[in-house]
Amino acid sequence: MNNLFMKKDRKGPVLFSEYTPGSALLKAADMSRDDILFEIKDSGLKGRGGAGFPTSVKWMLTASADSDRKFIVCNADEGEPGTFKDRVLLTEYPELVIEGMIIAGYTIGAKEGIIYLRDEYAYILEFLENKIEEYRKNNLLGKNLAGKEGVEFDIKIRLGSGAYVCGEETALIESLEGYRGEPRNKPPFPVNTGFLGCPTVVNNVETLASVPHIINKGGDWFHKFGTDKSTGSKLFSICGDCRYPGVYELPFGITINDLLEISGAENTKAVQIGGASGLCFPESEFGRKLCFEEISTGGSVMIFDRSRDMLKVLKNFMEFFVEESCGQCTPCRIGNVRLLEGVKMIERNEYTFEYIEKLKELCGTMKIASKCGLGQSSPNPFLSILENFKDEIFGKHLNQNHDEKGIKKSGITEAAYC
Amino acid sequence: MKKELRSPVSQRPHTAEDVNGKSGIGSEVSIELNGEKIKVALGKSILDICRENKIHIPTLCYHEDLCIAGNCRLCLVEIEGMKNLQTACSFPVTSPVKIKTFSDKVRKARKHIIDLLLSEHYGECYSCVRNNNCELQTLAREHGIDSYEFGHVCEPRFEIDNSSAAVIREMDKCILCRRCVRTCIDLQEVGVLEAINRGYETKISTFLDMPLADVICINCGQCINRCPTGALHANDPSDEIWKAIEDPRKHVVLQTAPSPRASIGEEFGLSPGHSMTGQLNTAARRIGFDKVFDTNFSADLTIMEEGTELLNRLKKAIVDKDENVKLPQFTSCSPGWVKFIEHFYPEKLDYLSTAKSPQQMFGAVLKTFYAEESGIDPADIVTVALMPCAAKKFECNRPEMNSSGFKDVDYGLTTREMAKMIREAGLVLPELPKSGFDDPFGEATGSGLIFGSTGGVMEAALRTVYELVTGRPVPFDGLNIDVCRGMKGIKEASVKLENCKEEFSFLEGVDLKFIVAHGTANAKVVMDMLKRGELNGYHFVEIMACPGGCIGGGGQPIPTSESIRKLRAKAIYEEEGLLQVRKSHENPKIKYIYEKYFTDGPCGKLSHKLLHTGYIKRGKLIK
Repeated sequence: MNNLFMKKDRKGPVLFSEYTPGSALLKAADMSRDDILFEIKDSGLKGRGGAGFPTSVKWMLTASADSDRKFIVCNADEGEPGTFKDRVLLTEYPELVIEGMIIAGYTIGAKEGIIYLRDEYAYILEFLENKIEEYRKNNLLGKNLAGKEGVEFDIKIRLGSGAYVCGEETALIESLEGYRGEPRNKPPFPVNTGFLGCPTVVNNVETLASVPHIINKGGDWFHKFGTDKSTGSKLFSICGDCRYPGVYELPFGITINDLLEISGAENTKAVQIGGASGLCFPESEFGRKLCFEEISTGGSVMIFDRSRDMLKVLKNFMEFFVEESCGQCTPCRIGNVRLLEGVKMIERNEYTFEYIEKLKELCGTMKIASKCGLGQSSPNPFLSILENFKDEIFGKHLNQNHDEKGIKKSGITEAAYC
Repeated sequence: MKKELRSPVSQRPHTAEDVNGKSGIGSEVSIELNGEKIKVALGKSILDICRENKIHIPTLCYHEDLCIAGNCRLCLVEIEGMKNLQTACSFPVTSPVKIKTFSDKVRKARKHIIDLLLSEHYGECYSCVRNNNCELQTLAREHGIDSYEFGHVCEPRFEIDNSSAAVIREMDKCILCRRCVRTCIDLQEVGVLEAINRGYETKISTFLDMPLADVICINCGQCINRCPTGALHANDPSDEIWKAIEDPRKHVVLQTAPSPRASIGEEFGLSPGHSMTGQLNTAARRIGFDKVFDTNFSADLTIMEEGTELLNRLKKAIVDKDENVKLPQFTSCSPGWVKFIEHFYPEKLDYLSTAKSPQQMFGAVLKTFYAEESGIDPADIVTVALMPCAAKKFECNRPEMNSSGFKDVDYGLTTREMAKMIREAGLVLPELPKSGFDDPFGEATGSGLIFGSTGGVMEAALRTVYELVTGRPVPFDGLNIDVCRGMKGIKEASVKLENCKEEFSFLEGVDLKFIVAHGTANAKVVMDMLKRGELNGYHFVEIMACPGGCIGGGGQPIPTSESIRKLRAKAIYEEEGLLQVRKSHENPKIKYIYEKYFTDGPCGKLSHKLLHTGYIKRGKLIK
């Protein structure tokens, strides 16, 4: 058990750099709320969950919302397949997360913080509770925090209820309120109408963990890492066909090739960036950079070598979405089923290109018509894998059953699932 | 008495207050709608704006009685500068946006969504109870759907749940708009239905997926009225009724309630608010019913019994100082409400009037008094009740409803099912000549008629009780007790009893306080007040399970909305105003039946046997 929470020998420019617990808190206590907001703004910090919304804007909107009660919610529902960076932060750098929440709470005027911890991480619960208790004992949580008159903040932990969609901020809030974890209509956004109808900031674990470092060393320092629009560093959870899978902290702007080299991947055929809902890249695009302006990601990197069947990879992703759609909105609930069916048709060699094109058009609708990010991004693997690996996927069938224009030869029944 | 919304924040309607805080109310914003520049109130939803500007936006999960869901995604519109399409129902306009309601993107997306829904929608239109009145079917037509683009499911996935006497659930036709869920939880606060499972496995379920008959469903049928497809429909007894009509030995008697008469025209293409009483009588006779009676007669009977019961309770409480007497007395004519209180407030059943509903009273009278008078063996009498109600089907099947020695009412028929029978018989209702009701129960008063609308029972009861007590008509202009009328969820008022007759001198100076509530969500508010002791000093409470009262009942034509319910109520009140006799106790036939049959008067021994009933403490724990 203890072994799980031992700090590994990690190195990185920001999150994995030296940090004295409590130091940022004491510094922030001497800063005005506006100063902190400007520092965060100068750093250019963007949400690390994948969407990349500027953290300072989120905080400013919540800070300016008129309410007696506000909340900071730490989204620790790390559920994107292939992502395990938050677990590292929560077990090895919990101080960063807790202090990030406290600073956020102080800045926007929230007195309550909630960590929404995914149920699979229940084993971290006691450890985190103890950590939070330590902060309370040291007067870094609770009333008159850090000796500052009138400043109050406390954190409680809530376990998630197991659905992937609860990582979506409004579904997470519904789940916190005790309802079925389903995304809400937006607007209103949580910054105005969040948990219990109060203004709420929902930040990813990694976003919050970056805050103490920015406070300590300044926004300009943070800005030095990464690219122009993607400042700082990113934790990448690298897994799949490589020798050294794990969590790496690397500056934004690094290429896929760099990641492959670091992780000791060989014979790589494809890399899926951003988890199941991300995009899949072929070798020809391994030179592309990972940053918000090019390939945006929450940090999941899945490596597939030449032995892998890309259609099976795609099928696996689509099965995931069919199961994990919350079932609320039509495009996502039924759309994903139709896409998976399309994959199965290809697998059975019972498809027409005409129908596949129809499904691709459906993908376009799902992207703009679904209620939340799940349905809006679930067509990504379908589109990118079928496009980037079409030779592999359609090639063998093409030769057998289709003429060179992709028209099905006679004698093969139309896509018949009914 | 403000009702708190229990729905999640996301599903609450957005108003200017919600979106902009106090400062935003009353402000306007200039927007561009399909290229046209208009000014709209800040915070108004795009859907409302479009409707006001006569732009039709297709919807499925939206219903004006319910909170916003935004899950069908059909009302999508394009807003300039936004990557994704936005749902018109949930999007409040707070900035000068440019909206396109039928751009290429929008039309394509809507078509895709309909295609997707059809791909999972089992069954064919021509074999569906909602054929020609189905919102999905209409949408498919409006969007030019001429093929199943993404296939069509051929095998049913679910078993049909026909356990309930009132509501049948055919989940293969469900499109998961969740209107039924919101109806049950938010509108009625019963909470029988909820979405369970995730993704493709999502379905609308009862508690532990039990049959509807075994859960705390109150049979109000409001879910049926709001289902856009044929997934929910009433348990239709018309085949058996046809059989009885064909059987020469059977004497088939129809009683018609006031609400179906005010609404059945809608089933034949008329706009809401046309009363069809005379035509309906003709249609029923042509179909082959042997007699057509007016339920208003037994509504008058109910007033006599319930009013007398109230006076008895008041006497016991005031004169005898009997502490076991429960006041206020609650009405018991709405079977949905009766089952609601049996489940949710079983400890408060003593407050409920023991009088049967007009439907059941009529059944009991028909199989006793009428059978004797007309010399027909009650075993050969088949009583059919045309009701606006789904719960009446359950009520007539309650095992205790057989005080005549036979099943008091054999079949409860909804307005929709009656319309179906009329169509089957090849009749066009609005074109038929008018005819009256049959004797001996053809005569009814306006008091019976207004039972159909919320507040009607109260108004009728007050007219009679006040006059019995004081010897004078109620002190309201033209007998119209306006405080009882209207669609406000909970209404309360009082009437002072002065210069009482000698036998009611104990009521001298009493302020008769009453409450009228409709929809079980409002009933819950009233019952919680009762629980907290806040109804001390109140005397009479009318509760109807359905919003709007019977005119908004679960057996009424689809669609329903507040404006439709208001029009139906208007039709009833207009018809009432024209009647000669408007007080139950002045109904000559009522006088006759108390002289001839219930000779020991209202709440006497015989009437107790035939016209009163008991209730079951059901509770929320179910087997």
